[in-house]
Amino acid sequence: MSALLDIAALTIRFGGLVAVNRVDIKIEKGELVGLIGPNGAGKTTCFNMLTGVYEPTSGTICLEGKNINGLAPHQICSKGVARTFQNIRLFKSMTVLENLLVSLHRERGYSLAEALFGLGRFGKREQEMRTKAMEILRMLGLDHRAHLPASSLPYGEQRKVEIARALATSPKLLLLDEPAAGMNPSETAQLAKDIQKIRKDFDITVLLIEHDMSLVMKICERIYVLDYGQLIAQGKPEEIKRDPRVIEAYLGGGLGGEQHA
Amino acid sequence: MSEFVQYLVNGFAQGSIYALIALGYTMVYGILKLINFAHGEIYMIGGYCGIFLLSTLGLPFWAALMLAMPIVGIFAVLIERFAYRPLRGAPRIAPLITAIGVSIVLLELTRLVAGAQPRPFPQPFEDMSYELGNWIPALDGVIIQRNQIMVFIIAIVLMVLLNAIVMKTKIGRAMRALSMDFDASRLMGVPIDRVIAFTFFIGASLAGAGGMLVGMYYNQVEPYMGQLAGLKAFTAAVLGGIGVIPGAVIGAFILSISEALVVGYSESSYRDAIAFAILIVVLMFRPWGILGRPERVKV
Repeated sequence: MSALLDIAALTIRFGGLVAVNRVDIKIEKGELVGLIGPNGAGKTTCFNMLTGVYEPTSGTICLEGKNINGLAPHQICSKGVARTFQNIRLFKSMTVLENLLVSLHRERGYSLAEALFGLGRFGKREQEMRTKAMEILRMLGLDHRAHLPASSLPYGEQRKVEIARALATSPKLLLLDEPAAGMNPSETAQLAKDIQKIRKDFDITVLLIEHDMSLVMKICERIYVLDYGQLIAQGKPEEIKRDPRVIEAYLGGGLGGEQHA
Repeated sequence: MSEFVQYLVNGFAQGSIYALIALGYTMVYGILKLINFAHGEIYMIGGYCGIFLLSTLGLPFWAALMLAMPIVGIFAVLIERFAYRPLRGAPRIAPLITAIGVSIVLLELTRLVAGAQPRPFPQPFEDMSYELGNWIPALDGVIIQRNQIMVFIIAIVLMVLLNAIVMKTKIGRAMRALSMDFDASRLMGVPIDRVIAFTFFIGASLAGAGGMLVGMYYNQVEPYMGQLAGLKAFTAAVLGGIGVIPGAVIGAFILSISEALVVGYSESSYRDAIAFAILIVVLMFRPWGILGRPERVKV
Protein backbone atom coordinates (compact mmCIF):
# COMPACT_ATOMS: atom_id res chain seq x y z
CA MET A 1 0.00 0.00 0.00
CA SER A 2 1.32 3.43 -0.94
CA ALA A 3 1.97 6.21 1.56
CA LEU A 4 -0.53 9.04 1.95
CA LEU A 5 2.04 11.53 0.76
CA ASP A 6 5.13 10.60 -1.19
CA ILE A 7 7.39 13.41 -2.31
CA ALA A 8 10.37 12.38 -4.41
CA ALA A 9 13.34 14.51 -5.52
CA LEU A 10 11.21 17.65 -5.29
CA THR A 11 13.09 20.63 -6.73
CA ILE A 12 12.19 24.20 -7.55
CA ARG A 13 14.37 26.94 -9.01
CA PHE A 14 13.66 30.64 -9.08
CA GLY A 15 16.07 31.89 -11.71
CA GLY A 16 19.49 30.89 -10.46
CA LEU A 17 18.32 30.13 -6.94
CA VAL A 18 17.54 26.54 -6.06
CA ALA A 19 15.01 27.11 -3.29
CA VAL A 20 14.25 23.45 -2.70
CA ASN A 21 16.67 20.79 -3.86
CA ARG A 22 15.82 17.11 -4.31
CA VAL A 23 13.70 16.77 -1.20
CA ASP A 24 12.13 13.41 -0.35
CA ILE A 25 9.34 13.20 2.21
CA LYS A 26 7.11 10.25 2.90
CA ILE A 27 4.15 10.39 5.25
CA GLU A 28 1.89 7.51 6.23
CA LYS A 29 -1.78 7.94 6.96
CA GLY A 30 -2.46 9.20 10.47
CA GLU A 31 1.03 10.50 11.19
CA LEU A 32 1.85 13.87 12.72
CA VAL A 33 5.05 15.04 11.06
CA GLY A 34 7.10 18.20 11.56
CA LEU A 35 9.03 20.15 8.94
CA ILE A 36 11.57 22.47 10.52
CA GLY A 37 14.54 24.55 9.49
CA PRO A 38 15.99 28.04 9.81
CA ASN A 39 14.33 31.00 8.12
CA GLY A 40 14.50 30.80 4.34
CA ALA A 41 15.17 27.07 4.35
CA GLY A 42 12.36 26.44 1.86
CA LYS A 43 9.64 25.10 4.16
CA THR A 44 6.79 27.33 2.99
CA THR A 45 8.00 26.88 -0.59
CA CYS A 46 7.45 23.14 -0.08
CA PHE A 47 3.89 23.85 1.08
CA ASN A 48 3.33 26.06 -1.93
CA MET A 49 4.38 23.24 -4.25
CA LEU A 50 2.28 20.73 -2.34
CA THR A 51 -0.82 22.88 -2.76
CA GLY A 52 -0.25 23.84 -6.40
CA VAL A 53 0.67 27.50 -5.86
CA TYR A 54 4.10 26.85 -7.38
CA GLU A 55 4.85 24.22 -9.97
CA PRO A 56 7.98 22.21 -9.10
CA THR A 57 10.87 22.39 -11.55
CA SER A 58 11.30 18.62 -11.18
CA GLY A 59 10.35 15.79 -8.89
CA THR A 60 7.01 14.23 -8.05
CA ILE A 61 4.33 14.70 -5.44
CA CYS A 62 2.06 11.70 -5.01
CA LEU A 63 -1.04 11.68 -2.88
CA GLU A 64 -2.27 8.12 -2.21
CA GLY A 65 -0.14 6.92 -5.10
CA LYS A 66 -1.51 9.45 -7.61
CA ASN A 67 0.66 12.21 -8.99
CA ILE A 68 -0.81 15.63 -8.18
CA ASN A 69 1.94 17.66 -9.86
CA GLY A 70 0.64 20.41 -12.10
CA LEU A 71 -2.93 20.36 -10.81
CA ALA A 72 -4.56 23.70 -10.00
CA PRO A 73 -4.78 24.63 -6.31
CA HIS A 74 -8.53 24.04 -6.13
CA GLN A 75 -8.13 20.60 -7.70
CA ILE A 76 -5.45 19.63 -5.21
CA CYS A 77 -7.73 20.88 -2.48
CA SER A 78 -10.50 18.61 -3.69
CA LYS A 79 -8.06 15.65 -3.67
CA GLY A 80 -7.72 16.21 0.06
CA VAL A 81 -4.90 18.63 0.84
CA ALA A 82 -5.73 21.70 2.91
CA ARG A 83 -3.55 24.29 4.54
CA THR A 84 -3.26 27.29 6.80
CA PHE A 85 -0.97 30.27 6.29
CA GLN A 86 2.04 31.73 8.02
CA ASN A 87 0.35 35.13 8.18
CA ILE A 88 -3.32 34.74 8.89
CA ARG A 89 -5.29 34.97 5.68
CA LEU A 90 -8.90 34.76 6.71
CA PHE A 91 -11.63 36.43 4.67
CA LYS A 92 -11.59 39.33 7.07
CA SER A 93 -14.93 41.02 6.61
CA MET A 94 -16.86 37.75 6.46
CA THR A 95 -18.21 36.10 9.56
CA VAL A 96 -16.42 33.07 10.99
CA LEU A 97 -19.21 30.85 9.70
CA GLU A 98 -19.00 32.31 6.18
CA ASN A 99 -15.27 31.65 6.15
CA LEU A 100 -16.01 27.96 6.58
CA LEU A 101 -18.85 28.04 4.06
CA VAL A 102 -16.40 29.22 1.38
CA SER A 103 -14.45 26.01 1.98
CA LEU A 104 -17.61 23.99 1.49
CA HIS A 105 -18.18 25.63 -1.91
CA ARG A 106 -17.49 22.65 -4.15
CA GLU A 107 -19.15 20.14 -1.88
CA ARG A 108 -22.86 20.70 -2.24
CA GLY A 109 -24.37 22.11 -5.39
CA TYR A 110 -27.46 23.95 -6.45
CA SER A 111 -28.17 26.01 -9.53
CA LEU A 112 -28.42 29.77 -9.66
CA ALA A 113 -32.05 29.54 -10.74
CA GLU A 114 -32.86 27.53 -7.63
CA ALA A 115 -31.11 30.14 -5.53
CA LEU A 116 -32.83 33.09 -7.21
CA PHE A 117 -36.29 31.75 -6.67
CA GLY A 118 -35.50 30.13 -3.36
CA LEU A 119 -36.63 26.81 -4.74
CA GLY A 120 -35.50 23.23 -4.88
CA ARG A 121 -32.28 22.29 -3.22
CA PHE A 122 -31.22 25.84 -2.35
CA GLY A 123 -32.59 26.00 1.18
CA LYS A 124 -31.76 22.40 1.99
CA ARG A 125 -28.21 22.56 0.68
CA GLU A 126 -27.46 25.85 2.38
CA GLN A 127 -28.79 24.39 5.62
CA GLU A 128 -26.61 21.29 5.23
CA MET A 129 -23.55 23.44 4.67
CA ARG A 130 -24.32 25.53 7.72
CA THR A 131 -24.86 22.45 9.88
CA LYS A 132 -21.56 20.96 8.80
CA ALA A 133 -19.67 24.23 9.35
CA MET A 134 -21.22 24.69 12.77
CA GLU A 135 -20.24 21.15 13.73
CA ILE A 136 -16.60 21.83 12.88
CA LEU A 137 -16.73 25.07 14.85
CA ARG A 138 -18.23 23.24 17.80
CA MET A 139 -15.50 20.61 17.73
CA LEU A 140 -12.91 23.38 17.93
CA GLY A 141 -14.80 25.30 20.58
CA LEU A 142 -15.51 28.23 18.25
CA ASP A 143 -19.25 27.88 17.79
CA HIS A 144 -20.02 30.88 20.02
CA ARG A 145 -17.99 33.03 17.59
CA ALA A 146 -19.77 31.84 14.43
CA HIS A 147 -21.56 35.06 13.60
CA LEU A 148 -18.80 37.52 14.42
CA PRO A 149 -16.63 39.07 11.71
CA ALA A 150 -13.45 36.99 11.47
CA SER A 151 -11.22 40.04 11.93
CA SER A 152 -12.83 40.90 15.28
CA LEU A 153 -11.55 37.74 16.96
CA PRO A 154 -8.42 37.67 19.12
CA TYR A 155 -5.29 36.52 17.34
CA GLY A 156 -5.16 33.01 18.77
CA GLU A 157 -8.75 32.34 17.77
CA GLN A 158 -8.17 33.66 14.26
CA ARG A 159 -5.46 31.03 13.91
CA LYS A 160 -7.94 28.43 15.04
CA VAL A 161 -10.54 29.66 12.56
CA GLU A 162 -7.93 29.19 9.83
CA ILE A 163 -7.53 25.58 10.90
CA ALA A 164 -11.32 25.19 11.02
CA ARG A 165 -11.61 26.65 7.52
CA ALA A 166 -9.02 24.19 6.25
CA LEU A 167 -10.83 21.31 7.96
CA ALA A 168 -14.07 22.32 6.25
CA THR A 169 -12.59 21.22 2.90
CA SER A 170 -12.59 17.65 4.33
CA PRO A 171 -8.86 17.10 3.91
CA LYS A 172 -6.92 13.87 4.28
CA LEU A 173 -3.74 15.82 4.79
CA LEU A 174 -3.66 19.06 6.77
CA LEU A 175 -0.69 21.37 6.28
CA LEU A 176 -0.13 23.83 9.11
CA ASP A 177 2.26 26.69 8.39
CA GLU A 178 3.63 28.00 11.71
CA PRO A 179 0.41 27.68 13.69
CA ALA A 180 2.12 28.85 16.91
CA ALA A 181 3.62 32.01 15.41
CA GLY A 182 2.85 34.96 17.68
CA MET A 183 1.41 32.83 20.47
CA ASN A 184 2.55 32.93 24.08
CA PRO A 185 3.72 29.72 25.83
CA SER A 186 0.35 28.91 27.37
CA GLU A 187 -1.45 29.45 24.07
CA THR A 188 1.14 27.25 22.38
CA ALA A 189 0.60 24.49 24.95
CA GLN A 190 -3.14 24.66 24.26
CA LEU A 191 -2.47 24.57 20.52
CA ALA A 192 -0.43 21.37 20.97
CA LYS A 193 -3.44 19.73 22.59
CA ASP A 194 -5.77 21.07 19.91
CA ILE A 195 -3.66 19.72 17.06
CA GLN A 196 -3.56 16.26 18.61
CA LYS A 197 -7.29 16.36 19.24
CA ILE A 198 -8.01 17.49 15.69
CA ARG A 199 -5.94 14.67 14.26
CA LYS A 200 -7.88 12.15 16.28
CA ASP A 201 -11.38 13.64 15.88
CA PHE A 202 -11.09 14.28 12.16
CA ASP A 203 -9.00 11.18 11.45
CA ILE A 204 -6.45 13.11 9.41
CA THR A 205 -2.74 13.31 8.81
CA VAL A 206 -0.85 16.48 9.75
CA LEU A 207 2.31 18.04 8.38
CA LEU A 208 3.45 20.97 10.43
CA ILE A 209 5.94 23.78 9.80
CA GLU A 210 7.01 25.35 13.05
CA HIS A 211 9.72 27.44 14.63
CA ASP A 212 8.65 26.80 18.17
CA MET A 213 10.78 23.80 19.09
CA SER A 214 8.85 23.05 22.26
CA LEU A 215 5.75 22.44 20.16
CA VAL A 216 7.44 20.40 17.45
CA MET A 217 9.42 18.21 19.84
CA LYS A 218 6.36 17.59 21.97
CA ILE A 219 3.78 16.54 19.40
CA CYS A 220 5.54 15.41 16.21
CA GLU A 221 6.27 11.73 15.77
CA ARG A 222 8.79 12.32 13.04
CA ILE A 223 10.64 15.42 11.91
CA TYR A 224 12.25 16.51 8.65
CA VAL A 225 14.87 19.25 8.77
CA LEU A 226 15.48 21.57 5.81
CA ASP A 227 18.43 23.91 5.44
CA TYR A 228 19.15 25.97 2.32
CA GLY A 229 16.60 23.88 0.43
CA GLN A 230 18.32 20.59 1.32
CA LEU A 231 16.98 17.87 3.56
CA ILE A 232 19.71 17.57 6.20
CA ALA A 233 18.10 15.24 8.68
CA GLN A 234 15.02 13.19 9.45
CA GLY A 235 13.90 11.02 12.31
CA LYS A 236 12.29 10.96 15.72
CA PRO A 237 12.42 14.12 17.87
CA GLU A 238 15.14 12.70 20.17
CA GLU A 239 17.31 11.83 17.17
CA ILE A 240 16.84 15.27 15.65
CA LYS A 241 17.75 17.03 18.90
CA ARG A 242 21.09 15.20 18.95
CA ASP A 243 21.86 15.40 15.23
CA PRO A 244 25.06 17.43 14.80
CA ARG A 245 24.05 18.80 11.39
CA VAL A 246 20.79 20.11 12.80
CA ILE A 247 22.57 21.77 15.71
CA GLU A 248 25.02 23.26 13.25
CA ALA A 249 22.20 24.62 11.09
CA TYR A 250 20.61 26.25 14.09
CA LEU A 251 23.89 28.02 14.93
CA GLY A 252 25.60 25.68 17.29
CA GLY A 253 23.16 24.36 19.81
CA GLY A 254 20.39 26.91 19.38
CA LEU A 255 17.95 24.04 19.64
CA GLY A 256 18.45 23.42 23.34
CA GLY A 257 18.29 27.11 24.07
CA GLU A 258 15.09 27.75 22.12
CA GLN A 259 13.30 25.09 24.08
CA HIS A 260 13.26 27.34 27.07
CA ALA A 261 12.81 30.55 25.22
CA MET B 1 -37.92 74.05 -4.85
CA SER B 2 -39.79 72.47 -7.77
CA GLU B 3 -36.82 73.11 -10.01
CA PHE B 4 -34.51 71.36 -7.60
CA VAL B 5 -36.83 68.36 -7.26
CA GLN B 6 -37.14 68.15 -11.03
CA TYR B 7 -33.36 67.94 -11.35
CA LEU B 8 -33.27 65.24 -8.68
CA VAL B 9 -35.85 63.21 -10.60
CA ASN B 10 -33.78 63.45 -13.76
CA GLY B 11 -30.64 62.63 -11.82
CA PHE B 12 -32.12 59.48 -10.28
CA ALA B 13 -33.20 58.09 -13.65
CA GLN B 14 -29.77 58.65 -15.18
CA GLY B 15 -28.07 57.45 -12.00
CA SER B 16 -29.90 54.12 -12.14
CA ILE B 17 -28.30 53.48 -15.51
CA TYR B 18 -24.84 54.55 -14.36
CA ALA B 19 -25.22 52.28 -11.36
CA LEU B 20 -26.06 49.23 -13.48
CA ILE B 21 -22.88 49.76 -15.51
CA ALA B 22 -20.70 50.73 -12.55
CA LEU B 23 -21.53 47.49 -10.73
CA GLY B 24 -19.85 45.44 -13.46
CA TYR B 25 -16.71 47.56 -13.31
CA THR B 26 -16.48 47.31 -9.59
CA MET B 27 -17.14 43.56 -9.32
CA VAL B 28 -14.54 42.68 -11.94
CA TYR B 29 -12.05 45.07 -10.38
CA GLY B 30 -12.74 43.67 -6.93
CA ILE B 31 -11.70 40.20 -8.02
CA LEU B 32 -9.16 40.62 -10.82
CA LYS B 33 -7.92 44.17 -10.17
CA LEU B 34 -8.70 44.68 -13.84
CA ILE B 35 -10.45 47.77 -15.16
CA ASN B 36 -12.51 46.23 -17.90
CA PHE B 37 -12.56 49.04 -20.41
CA ALA B 38 -14.70 46.96 -22.75
CA HIS B 39 -17.54 47.15 -20.24
CA GLY B 40 -19.02 50.31 -21.79
CA GLU B 41 -19.26 48.50 -25.12
CA ILE B 42 -21.04 45.60 -23.42
CA TYR B 43 -23.64 48.11 -22.31
CA MET B 44 -23.92 49.49 -25.84
CA ILE B 45 -24.38 45.95 -27.20
CA GLY B 46 -27.15 45.49 -24.64
CA GLY B 47 -28.96 48.39 -26.33
CA TYR B 48 -28.59 46.87 -29.81
CA CYS B 49 -29.58 43.49 -28.48
CA GLY B 50 -32.74 45.15 -27.17
CA ILE B 51 -33.57 46.59 -30.60
CA PHE B 52 -33.05 43.21 -32.22
CA LEU B 53 -35.27 41.38 -29.75
CA LEU B 54 -37.99 44.05 -29.71
CA SER B 55 -38.17 45.04 -33.38
CA THR B 56 -36.80 42.14 -35.38
CA LEU B 57 -38.22 39.35 -33.25
CA GLY B 58 -41.14 41.41 -32.00
CA LEU B 59 -40.84 40.19 -28.43
CA PRO B 60 -42.64 41.94 -25.60
CA PHE B 61 -40.46 44.21 -23.46
CA TRP B 62 -40.13 41.96 -20.42
CA ALA B 63 -39.22 38.91 -22.49
CA ALA B 64 -36.66 40.98 -24.40
CA LEU B 65 -35.10 42.22 -21.17
CA MET B 66 -34.95 38.72 -19.68
CA LEU B 67 -33.32 37.42 -22.87
CA ALA B 68 -30.96 40.32 -23.54
CA MET B 69 -29.37 40.05 -20.12
CA PRO B 70 -28.11 36.45 -20.42
CA ILE B 71 -27.16 36.94 -24.09
CA VAL B 72 -24.92 39.88 -23.25
CA GLY B 73 -23.70 37.97 -20.19
CA ILE B 74 -22.59 34.99 -22.23
CA PHE B 75 -20.92 37.34 -24.67
CA ALA B 76 -18.85 38.80 -21.82
CA VAL B 77 -17.97 35.33 -20.56
CA LEU B 78 -16.56 34.52 -24.01
CA ILE B 79 -14.53 37.74 -23.99
CA GLU B 80 -13.14 36.83 -20.58
CA ARG B 81 -12.36 33.29 -21.71
CA PHE B 82 -10.45 34.22 -24.83
CA ALA B 83 -9.10 37.73 -24.17
CA TYR B 84 -8.46 37.98 -20.43
CA ARG B 85 -7.98 34.49 -19.04
CA PRO B 86 -4.84 33.71 -21.08
CA LEU B 87 -3.29 36.79 -19.43
CA ARG B 88 -4.27 35.83 -15.88
CA GLY B 89 -0.67 35.51 -14.67
CA ALA B 90 0.67 38.45 -16.70
CA PRO B 91 1.46 41.90 -15.25
CA ARG B 92 -1.68 43.94 -14.70
CA ILE B 93 -0.97 46.32 -17.54
CA ALA B 94 -1.32 43.54 -20.16
CA PRO B 95 -5.00 42.68 -19.61
CA LEU B 96 -5.71 46.40 -19.20
CA ILE B 97 -4.39 47.14 -22.68
CA THR B 98 -6.22 44.07 -23.97
CA ALA B 99 -9.43 45.49 -22.51
CA ILE B 100 -8.91 48.73 -24.44
CA GLY B 101 -8.33 46.64 -27.55
CA VAL B 102 -11.48 44.61 -26.99
CA SER B 103 -13.39 47.84 -26.50
CA ILE B 104 -12.22 49.20 -29.87
CA VAL B 105 -12.95 45.92 -31.63
CA LEU B 106 -16.50 45.75 -30.25
CA LEU B 107 -17.17 49.38 -31.09
CA GLU B 108 -15.94 49.10 -34.67
CA LEU B 109 -17.66 45.76 -35.25
CA THR B 110 -20.95 47.26 -34.14
CA ARG B 111 -20.40 50.24 -36.40
CA LEU B 112 -19.72 47.88 -39.28
CA VAL B 113 -22.75 45.68 -38.69
CA ALA B 114 -25.31 48.22 -37.50
CA GLY B 115 -23.97 51.42 -39.02
CA ALA B 116 -22.68 54.57 -37.37
CA GLN B 117 -26.06 56.30 -37.38
CA PRO B 118 -28.16 56.19 -34.23
CA ARG B 119 -30.93 53.63 -34.38
CA PRO B 120 -34.36 54.39 -32.97
CA PHE B 121 -35.28 52.26 -30.01
CA PRO B 122 -38.85 50.93 -30.12
CA GLN B 123 -40.91 52.34 -27.30
CA PRO B 124 -42.34 49.51 -25.23
CA PHE B 125 -44.52 51.74 -23.07
CA GLU B 126 -46.87 54.49 -23.99
CA ASP B 127 -45.38 57.91 -23.33
CA MET B 128 -46.89 59.21 -20.16
CA SER B 129 -45.95 61.74 -17.58
CA TYR B 130 -47.24 62.69 -14.19
CA GLU B 131 -47.50 66.17 -12.70
CA LEU B 132 -46.40 65.95 -9.10
CA GLY B 133 -48.14 69.27 -8.44
CA ASN B 134 -51.49 67.47 -8.68
CA TRP B 135 -50.71 65.62 -5.46
CA ILE B 136 -48.25 67.86 -3.67
CA PRO B 137 -48.93 71.53 -4.29
CA ALA B 138 -45.41 72.55 -3.26
CA LEU B 139 -44.02 70.57 -6.17
CA ASP B 140 -45.99 72.41 -8.80
CA GLY B 141 -44.43 71.96 -12.22
CA VAL B 142 -42.38 68.86 -11.45
CA ILE B 143 -42.95 66.23 -14.11
CA ILE B 144 -42.04 62.59 -13.84
CA GLN B 145 -42.10 60.57 -17.04
CA ARG B 146 -43.31 57.03 -16.90
CA ASN B 147 -40.05 55.88 -18.45
CA GLN B 148 -38.10 57.46 -15.63
CA ILE B 149 -40.11 55.50 -13.11
CA MET B 150 -39.64 52.28 -15.09
CA VAL B 151 -35.89 52.78 -15.38
CA PHE B 152 -35.58 53.47 -11.68
CA ILE B 153 -37.73 50.53 -10.57
CA ILE B 154 -36.11 48.00 -12.90
CA ALA B 155 -32.65 49.10 -11.82
CA ILE B 156 -33.54 48.85 -8.14
CA VAL B 157 -35.04 45.38 -8.58
CA LEU B 158 -31.90 44.20 -10.38
CA MET B 159 -29.68 45.63 -7.64
CA VAL B 160 -31.71 43.91 -4.94
CA LEU B 161 -31.35 40.64 -6.85
CA LEU B 162 -27.61 41.19 -7.20
CA ASN B 163 -27.32 41.86 -3.51
CA ALA B 164 -29.16 38.63 -2.74
CA ILE B 165 -26.85 36.66 -5.02
CA VAL B 166 -23.71 38.19 -3.57
CA MET B 167 -24.74 37.95 0.08
CA LYS B 168 -26.84 34.79 0.26
CA THR B 169 -25.67 32.26 -2.31
CA LYS B 170 -22.53 30.22 -2.39
CA ILE B 171 -21.35 31.62 -5.72
CA GLY B 172 -21.72 35.09 -4.20
CA ARG B 173 -19.80 33.99 -1.16
CA ALA B 174 -17.06 32.69 -3.44
CA MET B 175 -17.01 36.04 -5.27
CA ARG B 176 -16.55 37.90 -1.99
CA ALA B 177 -13.88 35.46 -0.84
CA LEU B 178 -12.01 35.87 -4.11
CA SER B 179 -12.09 39.65 -3.82
CA MET B 180 -10.67 39.47 -0.29
CA ASP B 181 -7.93 36.91 -0.86
CA PHE B 182 -7.48 35.36 -4.28
CA ASP B 183 -4.89 32.75 -3.30
CA ALA B 184 -6.50 31.70 -0.04
CA SER B 185 -9.77 31.18 -1.94
CA ARG B 186 -8.34 28.82 -4.51
CA LEU B 187 -6.47 26.95 -1.79
CA MET B 188 -9.81 26.41 -0.05
CA GLY B 189 -11.11 24.73 -3.17
CA VAL B 190 -12.97 27.61 -4.82
CA PRO B 191 -12.96 26.98 -8.60
CA ILE B 192 -11.71 30.42 -9.57
CA ASP B 193 -12.25 30.19 -13.34
CA ARG B 194 -15.91 29.45 -12.86
CA VAL B 195 -16.38 32.20 -10.28
CA ILE B 196 -14.62 34.76 -12.47
CA ALA B 197 -16.70 33.75 -15.50
CA PHE B 198 -19.81 34.13 -13.37
CA THR B 199 -18.71 37.58 -12.23
CA PHE B 200 -18.33 38.70 -15.84
CA PHE B 201 -21.72 37.16 -16.64
CA ILE B 202 -23.53 39.02 -13.86
CA GLY B 203 -21.72 42.32 -14.46
CA ALA B 204 -22.44 42.21 -18.19
CA SER B 205 -26.07 41.22 -17.66
CA LEU B 206 -26.58 44.33 -15.55
CA ALA B 207 -24.80 46.53 -18.11
CA GLY B 208 -26.90 44.93 -20.86
CA ALA B 209 -30.06 45.79 -18.94
CA GLY B 210 -28.67 49.32 -18.58
CA GLY B 211 -28.22 49.50 -22.36
CA MET B 212 -31.82 48.52 -22.94
CA LEU B 213 -33.09 50.96 -20.35
CA VAL B 214 -31.10 53.83 -21.78
CA GLY B 215 -32.44 52.99 -25.23
CA MET B 216 -35.93 53.19 -23.83
CA TYR B 217 -35.16 56.42 -21.93
CA TYR B 218 -33.52 58.32 -24.80
CA ASN B 219 -35.36 56.55 -27.66
CA GLN B 220 -32.19 55.60 -29.47
CA VAL B 221 -28.91 53.70 -29.36
CA GLU B 222 -25.69 54.34 -31.24
CA PRO B 223 -22.29 52.64 -31.41
CA TYR B 224 -20.47 55.37 -29.48
CA MET B 225 -22.83 55.50 -26.52
CA GLY B 226 -20.72 53.07 -24.50
CA GLN B 227 -17.64 55.24 -24.46
CA LEU B 228 -18.86 58.18 -22.45
CA ALA B 229 -21.30 56.14 -20.37
CA GLY B 230 -18.50 53.66 -19.64
CA LEU B 231 -16.21 56.42 -18.45
CA LYS B 232 -18.95 57.96 -16.33
CA ALA B 233 -19.78 54.62 -14.74
CA PHE B 234 -16.09 54.04 -14.14
CA THR B 235 -15.96 57.44 -12.43
CA ALA B 236 -18.95 56.44 -10.33
CA ALA B 237 -17.22 53.20 -9.31
CA VAL B 238 -14.05 55.06 -8.34
CA LEU B 239 -16.05 57.68 -6.48
CA GLY B 240 -17.88 55.06 -4.43
CA GLY B 241 -14.71 53.04 -3.87
CA ILE B 242 -13.77 50.65 -6.65
CA GLY B 243 -14.22 47.03 -5.66
CA VAL B 244 -16.96 47.88 -3.17
CA ILE B 245 -20.35 46.90 -4.54
CA PRO B 246 -22.63 49.36 -2.66
CA GLY B 247 -20.06 52.07 -3.43
CA ALA B 248 -20.80 51.78 -7.15
CA VAL B 249 -24.46 52.55 -6.57
CA ILE B 250 -23.79 55.47 -4.24
CA GLY B 251 -21.15 56.86 -6.60
CA ALA B 252 -23.52 56.56 -9.55
CA PHE B 253 -26.28 58.54 -7.87
CA ILE B 254 -23.93 61.24 -6.56
CA LEU B 255 -22.46 61.62 -10.02
CA SER B 256 -25.75 61.72 -11.88
CA ILE B 257 -27.36 64.13 -9.43
CA SER B 258 -24.36 66.48 -9.59
CA GLU B 259 -24.64 66.34 -13.36
CA ALA B 260 -28.35 67.05 -13.31
CA LEU B 261 -27.88 70.00 -10.95
CA VAL B 262 -25.07 71.48 -13.01
CA VAL B 263 -27.11 71.09 -16.18
CA GLY B 264 -30.10 72.66 -14.47
CA TYR B 265 -28.46 75.60 -12.79
CA SER B 266 -25.74 76.48 -15.27
CA GLU B 267 -25.25 75.01 -18.71
CA SER B 268 -25.72 71.56 -20.14
CA SER B 269 -22.30 71.72 -21.74
CA TYR B 270 -20.72 71.51 -18.27
CA ARG B 271 -22.31 68.12 -17.72
CA ASP B 272 -19.28 66.03 -18.65
CA ALA B 273 -16.88 68.54 -17.14
CA ILE B 274 -18.41 68.13 -13.70
CA ALA B 275 -18.27 64.33 -13.94
CA PHE B 276 -14.58 64.28 -14.70
CA ALA B 277 -13.82 67.11 -12.29
CA ILE B 278 -15.29 64.85 -9.60
CA LEU B 279 -13.05 62.01 -10.80
CA ILE B 280 -9.97 64.22 -10.60
CA VAL B 281 -10.83 65.55 -7.15
CA VAL B 282 -11.53 62.05 -5.82
CA LEU B 283 -8.26 60.73 -7.21
CA MET B 284 -6.40 63.63 -5.62
CA PHE B 285 -7.89 63.60 -2.13
CA ARG B 286 -9.51 60.25 -1.55
CA PRO B 287 -8.38 57.77 -4.22
CA TRP B 288 -9.96 54.85 -2.36
CA GLY B 289 -13.41 56.44 -2.72
CA ILE B 290 -16.30 56.94 -0.35
CA LEU B 291 -16.74 53.39 0.93
CA GLY B 292 -13.33 52.00 0.04
CA ARG B 293 -10.45 51.59 2.43
CA PRO B 294 -6.92 52.73 1.68
CA GLU B 295 -4.91 49.77 0.48
CA ARG B 296 -1.95 49.04 2.64
CA VAL B 297 1.14 48.55 0.59
CA LYS B 298 3.05 45.53 1.76
CA VAL B 299 6.75 46.10 2.22
